[in-house]
Amino acid sequence: MALLQIDNLTVQFETSTGWFKAVDGVSLSVEKEEVLAIVGESGSGKSVAMLAVMGLLPWTAKITADRMLFEGRDIQNISASERRALIGKDIAMIFQEPVASLNPCFTVGFQIEEVLRVHMRLDRRARRARAIELFKQVGLPNPEERLNSFPHQMSGGQCQRVMIAIAIACNPKLLIADEPTTALDVTIQKQILDLIMALQAKNGMGLIMITHDMGVVAETADRVVVQYKGKKMEEADVLSLFENPQSNYTKALLAALPENAKGDRLTTVSDFFDGNPEPAPSVAGLNGASA
Amino acid sequence: MSNDTSGNIMLELRDIKRDYELPGGLFKPKKTVQAVKGVSFKLERGKTLAIVGESGCGKSTLARMITFIDEPTAGELLIDGNKVDTRPGHLTADMRQKVQIVFQNPYGSLNPRQKIGDVLGEPLAINTDMPASERRDRANLMLTKVGLGPEHYNRYPHMFSGGQRQRIAIARALMMNPKLLVLDEPVSALDLSVQAQVLNLLADLQDEFGLTYVFISHDLSVVRYIADEVMVMYFGEAVEHGTREEVFSDPKHEYTRTLFKATPKADVDSIRARVAAKKAGKAA
Ligand SMILES: Nc1ncnc2c1ncn2[C@@H]1O[C@H](COP(=O)(O)OP(=O)(O)OP(=O)(O)O)[C@@H](O)[C@H]1O
Ligand SMILES: Nc1ncnc2c1ncn2[C@@H]1O[C@H](COP(=O)(O)OP(=O)(O)OP(=O)(O)O)[C@@H](O)[C@H]1O
Ligand SMILES: [Mg+2]
Ligand SMILES: [Mg+2]
Repeated sequence: MALLQIDNLTVQFETSTGWFKAVDGVSLSVEKEEVLAIVGESGSGKSVAMLAVMGLLPWTAKITADRMLFEGRDIQNISASERRALIGKDIAMIFQEPVASLNPCFTVGFQIEEVLRVHMRLDRRARRARAIELFKQVGLPNPEERLNSFPHQMSGGQCQRVMIAIAIACNPKLLIADEPTTALDVTIQKQILDLIMALQAKNGMGLIMITHDMGVVAETADRVVVQYKGKKMEEADVLSLFENPQSNYTKALLAALPENAKGDRLTTVSDFFDGNPEPAPSVAGLNGASA
Repeated sequence: MSNDTSGNIMLELRDIKRDYELPGGLFKPKKTVQAVKGVSFKLERGKTLAIVGESGCGKSTLARMITFIDEPTAGELLIDGNKVDTRPGHLTADMRQKVQIVFQNPYGSLNPRQKIGDVLGEPLAINTDMPASERRDRANLMLTKVGLGPEHYNRYPHMFSGGQRQRIAIARALMMNPKLLVLDEPVSALDLSVQAQVLNLLADLQDEFGLTYVFISHDLSVVRYIADEVMVMYFGEAVEHGTREEVFSDPKHEYTRTLFKATPKADVDSIRARVAAKKAGKAA
C-alpha cells in the first residue's frame, strides 16, 4: 500500500476568462521510505496539487480526484477535526514562501512550541527543550536566543529553517517539501538535505521534494515526476531521467542549465521545441529511435 | 585614481555598517547584532556584482542599505559619484527612481489588494503623464517579457505561484527604469527555463541601457554565468572580492572553497553512485 496515492487530481480556478485548470488530471504515489521529486515549469501546478492534498486551498478552488488516499485512508472527504489531527502531525509541509507562511505577530519560538503542544502534548519544559534541539538541527545559531525573535528579525534563510524545524517537529510519516532550500547557501543546504535524508531513513518517512534545482534532485530523489502546464509530462527513476529523458520538455529543461549556456545566451524551452512537449512518437522499447 | 574612472563608478560603499538591537529578556541585557561589520567596494556602471555568502551573513541587510530602506549605522554610500544623505526624509525623488530593489520575499512586498496590472502601472501613473491606455500596453509588454501574459493583468498577488510572484517583483522594479538594480535572490524560485529567460532579459537591458546590477544569489552556476565581479560575505564581512575568473579559478578564503565543494553534483556518475549506496544500505 502506498503512503500517499493520488489518482486523476484536477484543480480549477475561476478567472475572468473562464475556468483555469491549474492541475490537470495528475496521478502520483509515494511509498514509505521513498523520495519523489517533482520538477517542472513555474506555474505548472506543483504547489497547488500539494496544497490540495493538505486541504489548504481557498474555497474558490474546484478540486476533483478519483482517489486521494493516505495510508489507504480517504483524505478527500474527511471532517475538519480529522484533518486537523492529521495535518502538521502525520503529513507535514515545508511551504514555498517561508517568510509569508510564518505568523508575523508571534515569536518563532511560540510558533514551533504551539505545534509541539497541539500534536505531541509535551509540557512546557519539554517543548522548549525540543524546540531548541530542532533549531540546532537546522543550523540556527544561538537557538535559545532565536526562540524570542520575530520573523522580521531573521534573514530569509533563517525563516526557511524555522519553517523546516516546524515541519519535522512531530516526526511526520509524509513530508512535503516545497522548494525547501531556495534561500539557503549550498553549505547549509547540504546540512538540511542530510538532516531530511537522515530522518527519512530513520523513520521510514516518505518525502515529496518539489524543486527546480537539478542538483537537489540528483542528490536526493529515487523517482522524479516532471510537470508542465498542469500535466504530468514524464515519470522516471532518477538515473533514467538524467541519462535518457523522454519528453521534449524534460530535454529542454536540462539544456537550460546555466553550465550549458551556448555563448552569451541561455537556452529556454521555447528555443528548444515549439508546441509539442510530448515525447516524439517512437516505437516502444526503442529509445531515441525517432530522435 | 583619476577623475575619469571615478566618473564611471555607479555605486560606492565606504565602510558601511549596520547594527540591530535585540530587546533583552527579563533578566537579560539588550543585545546588538552586527549584521554588516564594515563593507567597502566600488562598482562600475554597466557591470554586475554578485554577492554570495552563508545564510544570515548580512546580504539582504546590505541590499536594504544600498536601496535606502535601512539606514546604515556608520559609513558612506555614494551613488553616481554623489554622497547620499541616508537619513529618513532626505532622499530625492530622482534618487528613489534611479535605485530599485527586487526583494528576497516578493509576497511580502506586494499589496494584497492591488491588481498586478496596477502594481506595474503605478510608477508610470505617478511619475509621468502617460495616458492610461499606454500604461496598460507597457505593463502588458513587461508581463510578457518575464514570461507571464496579459491574462494575468487583472489578478491579485495571491492568485500566482511562487515563481510567478518573483517575476512580478522583477517586472515592477524594471518598470521604474532604474539605473542601479539590486536583486536579492531574484531567480531562486524559477525553473531553469524561466530562469534563463529572466537572466537573458537582464543581460539585454544591461547591454541596451547600461544598467548596473548587484545580484545576490546562492546559486553558483547562476553567479558564474551573470557576474563580472564576485564578493563573498561571511559573518557580516566581505572576505573575498575579485573578478569572476579570479574567484572561481583561485578562491582565496576558506569559506569560498567550502562553498564550491558543497555544490550538489548532477552528473550521471554521481547519481549512479548514490543510488547504489542507498540500495546497499537497505540490503545491509
Ligand atoms: N487562487 C488562485 N486563483 C487563480 N489562479 C491561481 C490561484 N492559485 C494559483 N493559481 C494558478 O495556478 C497555477 C499553478 O500554481 P502553482 O502555485 O501550483 O505553481 P507551481 O508549479 O508551484 O509554480 P512555482 O514553481 O512558480 O512555485 C498558476 O498558473 C497560478 O497562477
Ligand atoms: N530587523 C532585524 N532585527 C534584528 N536582527 C536582524 C534584523 N534583520 C536582520 N537581522 C539579523 O542580521 C543578520 C543578517 O541578516 P540578513 O537578512 O542580512 O542575512 P542574509 O545574508 O540576507 O541571509 P539569507 O541568505 O538567509 O537571506 C541575521 O543574523 C539576522 O538575524
Ligand atoms: Mg510553487
Ligand atoms: Mg537574505
